[in-house]
Amino acid sequence: MNLDGKKAIWANYQKDIADDKYFYVRSCVRQNFFPGAETTFLRMMKDVLHKDIFENPCHTSCSGIGYHSDLLPLETTMTVVARQFSVMNESGYENLVPSCITSFGLYTEIIDTWHHFPETLDKTREFLKKATGREFEIPKNLAHASDVFYKFRKEIKEKATYSLVNKQTGKPLRVVEHIGCHYAKMFPSKGVGGAEYPHVLVGMIEDWGGEIVDYPERRHCCGFGFRQFAVMANRGYSLSNSKKKFESMQPYEPDMIITNCPGCPLFLDKWQYTLSELEGKTYGKDGRGIPVFTFEEVAGLILGFDPWDIGLQMHQVGTESILDKIGIKYDPEKKYLGKNDKKLSKPLQPTFAL
Amino acid sequence: MKQFGFSAMTPRVIDYDGDDNRILNYVLRKEPSFTICMSCGCCTASCSASNLISFNVRKLGVLLRRGISDELEKEINKCMLCGKCNLVCPRGINTRNVILSIKKALTKIDENEL
Amino acid sequence: MNKSVVVIGGGIAGMETAACLAEKGVKVTLFEKNEKVGGNVANWHSLFPTIRQSTEIIQHLEKRLKDSSVTVITNTLVSNISKEGSMITVKGGDARLSTDAVVLASGFQIFDSKRKEEFGYGIYDNVITSSDLEAMMKKDQPITTKSGKPINRVAFIHCVGSRDEKVGNHYCSKICCVTGVKQAIVLRSKIPQTEIFCFYIDLRMYGAGFEELYREAQEKHGVQFVRGRLSEAAENIDGTLQIKAEDTLSGRPLKMKIDLMVLLAGMEPSDGTKSLGKNIGLTQRMGAFIKPADEHFSQNKCSMEGMFLSGTCSGPMSINETLSDARSAAQIVEQYLMNK
Repeated sequence: MNLDGKKAIWANYQKDIADDKYFYVRSCVRQNFFPGAETTFLRMMKDVLHKDIFENPCHTSCSGIGYHSDLLPLETTMTVVARQFSVMNESGYENLVPSCITSFGLYTEIIDTWHHFPETLDKTREFLKKATGREFEIPKNLAHASDVFYKFRKEIKEKATYSLVNKQTGKPLRVVEHIGCHYAKMFPSKGVGGAEYPHVLVGMIEDWGGEIVDYPERRHCCGFGFRQFAVMANRGYSLSNSKKKFESMQPYEPDMIITNCPGCPLFLDKWQYTLSELEGKTYGKDGRGIPVFTFEEVAGLILGFDPWDIGLQMHQVGTESILDKIGIKYDPEKKYLGKNDKKLSKPLQPTFAL
Repeated sequence: MKQFGFSAMTPRVIDYDGDDNRILNYVLRKEPSFTICMSCGCCTASCSASNLISFNVRKLGVLLRRGISDELEKEINKCMLCGKCNLVCPRGINTRNVILSIKKALTKIDENEL
Repeated sequence: MNKSVVVIGGGIAGMETAACLAEKGVKVTLFEKNEKVGGNVANWHSLFPTIRQSTEIIQHLEKRLKDSSVTVITNTLVSNISKEGSMITVKGGDARLSTDAVVLASGFQIFDSKRKEEFGYGIYDNVITSSDLEAMMKKDQPITTKSGKPINRVAFIHCVGSRDEKVGNHYCSKICCVTGVKQAIVLRSKIPQTEIFCFYIDLRMYGAGFEELYREAQEKHGVQFVRGRLSEAAENIDGTLQIKAEDTLSGRPLKMKIDLMVLLAGMEPSDGTKSLGKNIGLTQRMGAFIKPADEHFSQNKCSMEGMFLSGTCSGPMSINETLSDARSAAQIVEQYLMNK
């Protein structure tokens, strides 16, 4: 493989990411399934990078989940998005940083629609005014949370205690990077690196010491599309997409998977359990699963935050193998303890150790 | 094994590297003109059977080429051997012989001769 | 006659027009930006439909040029053309000529396949273009994968950079389909055990001998044609490529592992055609190709008087068409000069 070819493409797809004064909007899925990830992101932005990042408790879901499941008409979604912008304006910010990839894709799509069809923008202003009495302005800068970390990846590296290197062998960890579909597939120019060879996670991982694995189904969707799994009968479809990815990456023996979308790690993590139960197959090198992380969690780990504060106990596929490989100190006894060491119950063991 | 209410689906992608070419090789031996088929569909258009039931000779030819033979046995029996396809083929392929060869190949596979 | 003509471009069209005009007694100066004349054809190995060597064409034209009185100026790019009264001033390098007529024979260049990111040209080891393959055949070296392994399966991908909204080229480049079939046949004769697949949208076998070539490829060389445009290519761990297309004739998606992928890149107007066309303000068609004054009656005239078109600067053409067009241009220029 010739890296220069990829570098030429990355140079073509660079985007403008704001420097400071961010307005953060949370993700429905990440909030619920990986709450530690968002806390880690905010902690890093405020305490480590010393940026002004603000979160207004009045903000809501972007309603992408409803729009993509055919539950909400486009006009409603536009109005909800407009309200988000209005809340942001009210708080005095212009740079929007969504946590969720689908939100990012939705905001980009709606801003683009308003640009090409100005009558929809006028209608949305009218709807918002009638429903809530609010007015709004379109954000000056829209960047996903992973874009922000991409911008500051070198600063994070400087402050890092650990790197993505296997302490025992001295070799870089083999990382599969997975980008959410809504990040670049719809608007390749809005994603760092474009849609074919995205650079946003590659840049971070390589600067932090890891080695990227380029496998054939790299571009394939993981199956986390709201309408693919919302109804139980469809979930086999979703599962098969993840399975296709796992089968493709297995010969490369990756150590871990890193994603930037909140839904992808949910599925890439949980479906490994489902596949192990249904087919008795695991995809990791040592017969176990491949641990899945989001970029915030990885950043937190290399900065030395406690793994249980980051929320790694919520992962289905055990992350201890990576913690050991990197050489991070953690207390296994504290994994299932709550605040003030309160004893919480432990999850059941799956049939196959993941 | 746990029941989840769903399971992984079998891919319907033609995986060219995983297919069975015995019937194709036999047909190409018996009727070499089959190589110049250009899938124009003239045969299917004139076919007596495909007017009334779902039988597509052109498509069977393509599937045969890709090594997909699971539907072949059921479908090939729908041919009435009327010979209209033979009349219209612009490339001059002996389509009737192709069909008869497929049938012969299927019998041979059943009798473990292929 | 004591008239002068400047021919811009020393490819086969430029050479043919220049030689024809010189033979009629016109004073011809030919500018060529590269070190040697011959243009794109000089880089090619063999030509459809008879699979003759391209050197035959080049040598024939070089001899005619040498035997004629044409002044050939190589290594010189024409930088400016302007009309001054009834004459045209051409500036190139240190030369500044005032001439009666100018023939634009600046031709085409091959589409840059790096722009099709999903095919991985310039990134994956075993993805080459049709011109890369011709260069390999010209060197007469054994054809293997980048790491030297034997090739068991090759895929030719049609319509790369043509009929494609995403790269801005809507037109058909005409000659790539038959080039692919010809290359498949020549490759098969070099590596007889190889399986060859051609992934096409429509097969454009328009010329004399082309349909026969298609049939020969299927009948004698076992080349298989899959109707389905390639959507993406990815590299496997062993360096082979995994390609995805739809087998539209059976209605199912298809996945295949191949050792070598050849992209049949289309024709785009050359940088010279693009910049000169823009500078002079010529009417363009099909992107930046030059539009002839009339499709049927004046294919060699364009929107500027005294400027004539020869060859592929007006659109994709095969070699025999280019040569016919070049001769027709010479005749039209001669007529113009006589009436001037």
